Amino acid sequence: MRESTASPLRKRKSWARWTIHLFPIPALILYGMFVLYPILAALSYSFFEWKGMARGNFIGFKNFVTLFTTEPYGSLFWNAFKHNVLYFILQMIVMNGLAFFLAFIIYQKIKGAEFFKAAFFLPRLLSVIVVGFLWKLILNPNFGTLNVILEKLGLETLQKAWLGDPKTALIAIILVNCWFGLGFGVLIFLAGFQGIPSELVEAAKLDGAKGFTLLRTIYLPLMVPSIMIMGILTFIQSFEAFELVYAMQGSMGEPYYSTDTLAVFFYRLAFGSSTASGATAIGLGSALATVLFLFILICTTLFLRFANKKDVQM
Amino acid sequence: MKQSAIWVRPLYYLVVFTVATISLYPILLMILSSFKKSVDIYKDPLGLPTSFSLDTYRTLLSKIPFTTYFMNSMFVSILSVVLIVVVCSLASFYIARFKFSWNHALFFIFLLGMMIPIKLGIVPLFILMRDLGLINSLWSLVLMNTATGIPLSMLILTGFFKTMPYELEEAARIDGAGNLKILWHVVLPLMRPALGTVVIINFIAAWNDFFFPLIFITEKMKRTIPVGMMSLFGEHSADWGSLFAGLTLASLPMILLFFIASKQFMEGLTAGAIK
Repeated sequence: MRESTASPLRKRKSWARWTIHLFPIPALILYGMFVLYPILAALSYSFFEWKGMARGNFIGFKNFVTLFTTEPYGSLFWNAFKHNVLYFILQMIVMNGLAFFLAFIIYQKIKGAEFFKAAFFLPRLLSVIVVGFLWKLILNPNFGTLNVILEKLGLETLQKAWLGDPKTALIAIILVNCWFGLGFGVLIFLAGFQGIPSELVEAAKLDGAKGFTLLRTIYLPLMVPSIMIMGILTFIQSFEAFELVYAMQGSMGEPYYSTDTLAVFFYRLAFGSSTASGATAIGLGSALATVLFLFILICTTLFLRFANKKDVQM
Repeated sequence: MKQSAIWVRPLYYLVVFTVATISLYPILLMILSSFKKSVDIYKDPLGLPTSFSLDTYRTLLSKIPFTTYFMNSMFVSILSVVLIVVVCSLASFYIARFKFSWNHALFFIFLLGMMIPIKLGIVPLFILMRDLGLINSLWSLVLMNTATGIPLSMLILTGFFKTMPYELEEAARIDGAGNLKILWHVVLPLMRPALGTVVIINFIAAWNDFFFPLIFITEKMKRTIPVGMMSLFGEHSADWGSLFAGLTLASLPMILLFFIASKQFMEGLTAGAIK
């Protein structure tokens, strides 16, 4: 009996074994073509001279040299870089710090936890472009509600043209981004808290730990993985920041480049209208993309490696 | 359990109430203001609308082809989600259920996409789309959403596939079912929760995407909602009523869906990161 079925079965099996290798192909083609290829191509573009959208000669590192040493590019780069760093730091402290605290509160089983979770999360569903415009209206110096609220509270001295003042514009944008992303952080941290084995907490409490000690000795070390995840996501997102700035302050990072970020600068170089020398824009843009890409990749990798070591120690 | 100090709980509630107010107020303001006349917004920005008029919506719809934008967004989002589900189901089935030596490397390559800031590849992408004749075609957006949605979707689906028992699959295989049949009739029906997550994540991302339509679409009638909204700001920047109405219309589909399935939404968007 075995003899009679063996041969067709085996045939079908080898056919099946062969066709299975077709399964990942569609995903690989799409992903390769529209994610991997463009990034690698952008890296290679940075070594060529560009005339508009046409590629010229291989010129080595000249685009990079121009980007860093020729004005206004050099100072614009560092100006934007500084803003990205501030973007990251403020989001880590304000957004993730608050999200951590809120998650901790919800973890204490407060009433209406589901409502609060949903309320914090709702902004995340808006398009970043909607968020930008909405807040632009709220922050408007003449009819925006923020200044009206400040007036009603008797805080007229705090009234400001938030987005018109180079001193406050970037901070305003970053805080809007915090508003947008807060709920996501709360959910991530909450999942982290809920993943902590309750025996550990109970044991520590029996040992007399409470309040700050409990937080420092039990919660914080066990929350390291969630903190790392939020840290990496925030880092990548901070150094990619584009839409919100573009929606609120346009492609020039107004006022006076005070809200410029590397991605906005990049957009200006690659597609913007008024660069000093339009002919080299794509080369310079690609050089900037390469620098930013390598920076993000290296930092993220180091961060992950550091995170893994921490995990092992625990 | 030891009780914390008496003032701690009220403080907790104070904090969550304050933050919830700050989270919800702008959205509420947006919706309420859309029913106001522009004059009333200037006169009393904080007040409730005195009469519910749909005038702003009427003005708005007469000025911008909102229905077209809406249909464009629908087309792009639905098609992207369908494509992602199809290609990622196939690929993650392969990675999670078969043991080949390169599976790990393949999975890693897919995951790498979560770290790649794809915006930086926009110049080669633009040239590629131009050569494919897809500039000003909604297909450019479908392809981009699909490709950029693959990494996270792969992570979620592969993770879920791995937790499933092999028995059913083997039974089907003994009955002579091929791989495609097993995937379609046996495995996918069991995967509904994970597929739901993938659908939600990618639908939100596709619906709200602004960067790719900004660059690939210049023709007015091919715009999706976010880019259409942006043009609104340039053209009607003095008409606040219309602006708020536009923002509300752009957000309403997502907000309504959230009210129907808030739990799935929240689990969906975080699932990828926690796994």
